[in-house]
Amino acid sequence: MKLKRSIAISDSGFLFNPITGDSFSLNPTATEILRLFQQGASESDVISFIQENYIVDKNTAEKDLQDFRDQLMHYKLIE
Amino acid sequence: MSSKPTYTVALTGLNAIDSPGPGMGVIRCLRNAESFDVRIIGLSYESLEPCIYMHDLVNKTYQIPFPSAGIDALYHRLSYIFSKEKVDVLIPNFDAELFNFIKLSERLEKEHSIKTILPSPEQFESRQKTNLYYYGLQHGIKVPYSKVIFSAADLSSIEKEFSFPVVVKGKYYDAKIAYQTEQIWQYFYKISNQWGLPIIIQQYIQGNEVNVCGLGDGHGNLIGAVPMRKLYITDKGKAWAGVTLNDDKLISITEAFVRSAKWKGPFEMEFVKTIQDEYYLLEINPRFPAWCFLTAGCGQNQPEALVNLAMNKQVVPFKSYQAGKMFIRYSSDLIVDISEFEKINTLGEL
Repeated sequence: MKLKRSIAISDSGFLFNPITGDSFSLNPTATEILRLFQQGASESDVISFIQENYIVDKNTAEKDLQDFRDQLMHYKLIE
Repeated sequence: MSSKPTYTVALTGLNAIDSPGPGMGVIRCLRNAESFDVRIIGLSYESLEPCIYMHDLVNKTYQIPFPSAGIDALYHRLSYIFSKEKVDVLIPNFDAELFNFIKLSERLEKEHSIKTILPSPEQFESRQKTNLYYYGLQHGIKVPYSKVIFSAADLSSIEKEFSFPVVVKGKYYDAKIAYQTEQIWQYFYKISNQWGLPIIIQQYIQGNEVNVCGLGDGHGNLIGAVPMRKLYITDKGKAWAGVTLNDDKLISITEAFVRSAKWKGPFEMEFVKTIQDEYYLLEINPRFPAWCFLTAGCGQNQPEALVNLAMNKQVVPFKSYQAGKMFIRYSSDLIVDISEFEKINTLGEL
């Protein structure tokens, strides 16, 4: 999953898409996940990260990440 | 002592109200100009246009006749004003007055050395809403299919040519979305009663509205262009907040239009961007929009560039601007002594 290059995310989790003008407030988990993707992490890296830092089984983490991915697709935030 | 020149600029659009004229935005840009100082002469139509009383923005205001009074009445009033004030540049800011100003521009330059940067009468006319569909075809820009309606009898064929919803638009102002035939009739009468005929029926395009504020030099060069998305729209359809976008495709469309049309002067292009990232042109307004102060805020002071163009100074086209700059409009109460209101009402100047 690759975030669009021009997207900016602030430390507070505010995401701004300068192409569409859309802005979003991310919760801390979403902020961490998008930061990882911006740094080039793969989906399996992110699932491992979630499992290491949150009490969640692998299947749930995968499903939640898939849901999150769908939302990002819907808002045209990923390439 | 400042080495910058001081220009005197006369302009209209002082009605900073809920459906605001562009005057205040243009003035604030000019007051923020780095290459010159400015003295502002306001030209007002009504005595309650707020900028008349904003003496930190406007040095002196003169009332001028409404556009419906005709070109001669405007010329005589402007001649009086220009005999009192040594004006360098004139910036008209209303759609409805532009035709008269365009027609007078050569005469004003010849007789009073007043400079303007305005579209030609042909450019002005061809981008009218009634001609826009064909103007778009001519310059390679998608425009929603439209039909101009000159009488109620023409409405009978609409259902065969359009699928619902459609947009019912006035020649100058107003637009309503109609979802069924009865609504088309209703809006046809409502809008034509208020703004006259013709009415435009336009294919409705679903998407986000994005606008571009720009300036063309009349030789095909785009001096500046800033795309903006409205973030909050009032019940009058006016932007109350907006944000600059980093939209290369929109800039390319704007650039191609200015090159092809050799557009001269400021403009606002209103587009709908569909979910498939296609752009449809809805309108070209041949003037700065009320939100034009955002151009100065994001690094392209376009009104400053216009004045420099008018004064034959070298103007280098802007190459960039900051995306993610917002404007948020606000309303405020001015406290004014009744004697000022009396002066503009009785003397026609303040």
